[in-house]
Amino acid sequence: MDLTTKYMGMELKNPLVLSSSPISQKVDDVRRLEDNGASAVVMFSIFEEQIRHDIESLDHLLSAGAESFPEALSYFPDMGEYRVGPDQYLDLIRRTVEAVDIPVIGSLNGVSHEGWITYARQIQDAGARALELNVYYIPTDPDMDARQVEQMYLDVLKAVKGAVTVPVAIKLNPFFSAMANMAKKLDLAGADALVLFNRFYQPDLNLTTMQVEPSLVLSTSAEIRLPLRWIAILHHRVRASLAGTTGVHTGEDLAKYILAGADVVMTTSALLKNGLGHYAKMLQELQIIMENKGYDSVAQMKGAMSQQAVENPAAFERANYIKALEDYKARYMTI
Amino acid sequence: MEKRIKIIDGNEAAAYVAHKTNEICAIYPITPSSNMGEWADQWSSEGQTNIWGTVPQISELQSEGGASGAVHGALQTGALTSTFTASQGLLLMLPNMFKIAGELTPTVFHVSARSVACQALSIFGDHSDVMAVRSTGFALLASDSVQEVMDNALIAQAATLETRVPFVHFFDGFRTSHEINKILLLSDDEMRAMLDDDLIFAHRQRAMNPDRPFIRGTAQNPDVFFQARETVNPFYVKAPDIIQKVMDTFAHITGRHYHLFDYVGAPDAERIVILMGSGASTARETIKYLQERGEKVGMIQVHLYRPFSPRHFLAAIPTSVKSIAVLDRTKEPGADGEPLYKDVVTVFSEAMTEGTMPTADMPRIVGGRYGLSSKEFTPAMIKGVLDNLTLSHPKNHFTIGINDDLSQTSLPYDPAFITESGKAVRAMFYGLGADGTVGANKNSIKIIGEETDFHVQGYFVYDSKKAGSRTVSHLRFGPDPIYSTYLIQSANFVGCHQFIFLEQTDVLKNAADGAVFLLNSPYPAEEVWDKLPRKVQEQVIAKNLKLYVIDAYKVAEKTGMGSRVNTIMQTCFFAISGVLPRDEAIAKIKNAIKKTYGAKGEEIVRKNYNAVDQSLANLHQIPVPEKATGTIEMPPTVSLEAPEFVQNVTAEIMAGRGDDLPVSIFPEDGTYPSGTTRWEKRNISLYVPVWDPEICIQCGNCSLICPHSVIRVKTYHESMLQGAPKSFKSTPLRGKDVPEGTRYTLQSSVEDCTGCALCMEVCPAKSKDEVGRKALEMEPKEPILEQERENWDFFESLPDVDRGQLRLHTVRDVQYTRPLFEFSGACSGCGETPYVKVLSQLFGDRAIIANATGCSSIYGGNLPTTPWTVNKAGRGPSWSNSLFEDNAEFGFGFRLTLDKQREYAGELLQRLKPELGDDLVTALLTNPQSGEAQIATQRARVTELKEKLQGNKTPAARHLLSIADSLVKRSVWILGGDGWAYDIGYGGLDHVLASGKNVNALVLDTEVYSNTGGQASKSTPRGAVAKFAASGKPAAKKDLGMMAMCYGNVYVARIAIGANSAQTLKAFLEAEAYDGPSLIIAYSHCIAHGINMQKGLDQQKLAVKSGHWILYRFNPELAAQGKNPLVIDSKEPSIPIKEYAYNEIRYKMLTLSKPEEAARLIKLAQEDVDMRWKLYQKWAAE
Repeated sequence: MDLTTKYMGMELKNPLVLSSSPISQKVDDVRRLEDNGASAVVMFSIFEEQIRHDIESLDHLLSAGAESFPEALSYFPDMGEYRVGPDQYLDLIRRTVEAVDIPVIGSLNGVSHEGWITYARQIQDAGARALELNVYYIPTDPDMDARQVEQMYLDVLKAVKGAVTVPVAIKLNPFFSAMANMAKKLDLAGADALVLFNRFYQPDLNLTTMQVEPSLVLSTSAEIRLPLRWIAILHHRVRASLAGTTGVHTGEDLAKYILAGADVVMTTSALLKNGLGHYAKMLQELQIIMENKGYDSVAQMKGAMSQQAVENPAAFERANYIKALEDYKARYMTI
Repeated sequence: MEKRIKIIDGNEAAAYVAHKTNEICAIYPITPSSNMGEWADQWSSEGQTNIWGTVPQISELQSEGGASGAVHGALQTGALTSTFTASQGLLLMLPNMFKIAGELTPTVFHVSARSVACQALSIFGDHSDVMAVRSTGFALLASDSVQEVMDNALIAQAATLETRVPFVHFFDGFRTSHEINKILLLSDDEMRAMLDDDLIFAHRQRAMNPDRPFIRGTAQNPDVFFQARETVNPFYVKAPDIIQKVMDTFAHITGRHYHLFDYVGAPDAERIVILMGSGASTARETIKYLQERGEKVGMIQVHLYRPFSPRHFLAAIPTSVKSIAVLDRTKEPGADGEPLYKDVVTVFSEAMTEGTMPTADMPRIVGGRYGLSSKEFTPAMIKGVLDNLTLSHPKNHFTIGINDDLSQTSLPYDPAFITESGKAVRAMFYGLGADGTVGANKNSIKIIGEETDFHVQGYFVYDSKKAGSRTVSHLRFGPDPIYSTYLIQSANFVGCHQFIFLEQTDVLKNAADGAVFLLNSPYPAEEVWDKLPRKVQEQVIAKNLKLYVIDAYKVAEKTGMGSRVNTIMQTCFFAISGVLPRDEAIAKIKNAIKKTYGAKGEEIVRKNYNAVDQSLANLHQIPVPEKATGTIEMPPTVSLEAPEFVQNVTAEIMAGRGDDLPVSIFPEDGTYPSGTTRWEKRNISLYVPVWDPEICIQCGNCSLICPHSVIRVKTYHESMLQGAPKSFKSTPLRGKDVPEGTRYTLQSSVEDCTGCALCMEVCPAKSKDEVGRKALEMEPKEPILEQERENWDFFESLPDVDRGQLRLHTVRDVQYTRPLFEFSGACSGCGETPYVKVLSQLFGDRAIIANATGCSSIYGGNLPTTPWTVNKAGRGPSWSNSLFEDNAEFGFGFRLTLDKQREYAGELLQRLKPELGDDLVTALLTNPQSGEAQIATQRARVTELKEKLQGNKTPAARHLLSIADSLVKRSVWILGGDGWAYDIGYGGLDHVLASGKNVNALVLDTEVYSNTGGQASKSTPRGAVAKFAASGKPAAKKDLGMMAMCYGNVYVARIAIGANSAQTLKAFLEAEAYDGPSLIIAYSHCIAHGINMQKGLDQQKLAVKSGHWILYRFNPELAAQGKNPLVIDSKEPSIPIKEYAYNEIRYKMLTLSKPEEAARLIKLAQEDVDMRWKLYQKWAAE
């Protein structure tokens, strides 16, 4: 069984990739994942805003109250160099690259134009084989129109593409009015892969404390549908590789994404729920499905159920609803 | 040999040599010497080696006594060992110093000389500490400048090895220890050349060693002790020649030649002064100035004070000398002269007898005191001293620099006599601690000193407040070495970084004619002139000043610098002072920014660069009109309603005129009136809490937590609202059974607010319409300042709530009690002061407080104003600070007195029963005084008793009258921080707790020596970084509470007011009610934790949630009732320690510098927590 796939020009041993998550914070965990079959790892995201905040708070808190009172002109020993900013992240990338054979993909969330470029270069120099841009942006400004939002994504992509030589993926959110058009624009702007989709932290209201609190709920297989649809639609319509992420918990989910046209499939939730050994199980399940369906290779399977490949392409547009209705009629109305 | 330039202060210079030439340093923090230990510790933690290639071992002890013991032990076993200390610290080393010297053991103690506490503590410099160790047998070697500190540190090290006489190498605290100067660094080769390895081997050879054992430290009897004591004499006889030989060798190696006594001045001088320490530099400058003008004057600078060598001394005296003034920077009350004076007199007297006089006749010798506690010592004063010598009968036993109108000791001098060189740039900067002025100036000194051939000097003056403190920087730059060891008297540049200072202090007092005046102004350039106080306008015109302005806060805001205007003002200084060509200066600032902030990340560097560029664009020169047109007058320093003492003394100190106050105006025994902070309206916060009565649930949490006692609450009948200002807020009192018409007001004293916002953080009441809005919100002060002043005055006119009606175990009721500790100078958002305030609210009117030296004694007792105050009846806490190490014993002494007086009063009452009546006596003796009401009754009876005793002239009646107050229950409190309770004062605390006496110890536990700048104590938790624990504290926090509980009869509570305020109140009440020793350990968040102080209460909650800070009460009274005395008041830990710890820089910085070590220590810290929780559970369950 040939599980190999190609993602952003990289030959991968199979389509199962660790998505950007805290799991990549430990080199040992990444190594264990490699042993369990992961074909590449997307590092957790480095957030420019967080870096700035950390640097500023360190500077502020180390010097707060200093040079004010004659008995205490400072409150902390001078530690010389601090590993602030992206240093620890870059160091982690270097160590991970050294420790594993699979490609390491850096992930970055920038704020400023300069930030995107600087950090992208540093991640590349640290040994990352590719970059994933995690454009985490909630357009809350009522004066900002859709075109401006789209342009922002394109500008970021172009800026980073101009600054690095490694391939660049862009992780998208599913809220573009014209998703296909946006994908096309990004494709033309040079995106080497589109990663569908970003799951934002969603705020929740705590009724005990009466406060707004961020909360992260792990994905379920049911959430696979939205990215699945868009991968199926975009397959063969864009030059860029496609990565499916969200809701991948079983070999079955993996198979679905590949059938829809994904070059790779990314997951974290499954590992957080089931442990790092779960990758091996998912790959095993995938192979069983492939065997049952008579596929010899992932390449053969890839996009077999994309919009262009299925008998009823409209099913990916509005037919899911209609099909459900038909099923309902068929089952209960024909008597 | 390449000359190595270094820009450092005196402490660093001493520590540098000590670290290079020793194997062990045993240290303990004390101002102003702490930095020496900090440097040594830091260098060792960085792996820096001494000149023999090994990293010296630095160990912090529990006290200076402990440090000297460790030094003694290390010396006896053959290590090259040093220590650093000052003041009381040196005095605690006395016993070991006698031993070390008696055993002829080579060592150097580096001492930044500081006043010893007498009528008051002072952290500043004089020689009273080193003079107190004259009899130990240590050599005393004095340095006058940063360069001399470095040089003499090495000379002392070399000399001690050869002479076998141990050395105290001293220099003036702050003036030299903290002065930054440009010096030549000694190289390792130079140091090696000075230190003879054979002498080191000999030192090791003399060490204790079981392979060749001997006994040292015997006990001797009258038959032999005396003779044995005299055996050391030859060493002291030889020492001066050896030391001079070492100085000669040093000169050969470095080119800098010192002598035991250095003469400077006219070869034919007739009048000379003799002195040592930093004053010698100023004297040298003055003597040269006068000599150039033809005066026959000179001076002798004493380097080696002990052993005092008459031969070397007399050799230094010009034969022409007719009169001598000996200046001592110390005071020996009752002596017929200060030590150096008496030595000089003795030498001359002996020379006269022996016929070895250097002069034809016996010169007239007078002595006097100068510069106590870093009192300024200027060329004008030296001239005054020399002028005194021109009199036919010069004044002896004089003082110089003060106006002693009491004993008429002071010499007159002309302050207008100024010797400052025209070549040097002299710049003064007025700033706030928080605005980064001092840091920027230190940076400027480095830029100019390192990148040009200019010599530089920086000295910084701070006030005693921890929040909103003012700083004045004195910077000199010039082509010649700078030895002016006094504050700038004639500045050709004045920078005022806060506009408000113009109304508070005379910023332009020292501006020279034609000086540049740079002002940070919130007003547009065209409006600035009209906003200047009239006096300032007049000074600008009269002194032909060039006025430049910049709105630095606006630039700071635009460039993301927040409130730190340091880089901006520094840029302006370089742009207009002319010290360096403008473009060159800007490039150098940027270079310095890169060096300073590079380690903290590129972003900070970029931001500062931007601030530099924006500064230049926003700097404007203001044309100066010919006439002053201003209408703004400087307001009085304090309200005209303030008491006379406050008007005449306190206000003068506040206004910066303390130096001008005469002796007679001061209390002679250190006794000052309570409650003076209320007159100092500091207005340091731009934002203050504003109360919304509609949202407020009247819980009292804000008032309880306010660290500065700014938020007050009263209830009163609505009829009292008559005459209230329009904006005065009032709302019906909530609750059951509230009498009709009862109102509630929560009022802030906005002028005393420091803007910490803890009140807003703790407020649980949220608007129903807008849940982000609370009953207290921080809002801009300026628009409401006037109205709130009026409201505060009206609020204060309302009567206090009757304490007898209050349930003091509830936060809701405690809010109505008047704090008798208010408006302290503690850090904004201080975690200690809420406890101190609660204590004052609960027991203040009958409390007597012993306060260990530390933060709480500084914000509690540092002039000019002090926060302990009185209630409307004039009662309040009686407070005193003895020392750092003896506080428990000090408080214990209070208890002894109270118990004895109470007992004696009881006996006298019985004796006088026939006259006083059975009822009154019985009532007085049997009242248990267990509540506010019973105490009030007792007070009334004592008043009645006093009235009855008034006319009675029998001895018994008169004695009883003098101690009748002791019949009212007193509450003895022993306050201090963890440095005191866990370390230096632990032995005493332990003993006092074991005594069974009724005292209450309150430990304000910040887990670090906060007051001296964050050194580790035994309370510092594992994994936290502190000074002296730069790699993270390796050992677990000492469990003081558990140790105390082991006695069984000590009430112990661990509290955290931010986590459980009800438990805090309960603990205070139970501790005070317990008729035995009590110990309360209070979690106090602190600026030294590296937290946003506004979130201090959140950290308290997390400390409890994580199990780091288990809340409990151990009440021996429960044991008496057959119950388990230990009650745990917090829940099982529910979050990992990391979630608490990594919000604090003290823990987090280790993850950024040594991540692996941080991970190891935090894991152990978690194990500590888990283990302790299990242990406490077991104790509580049995």
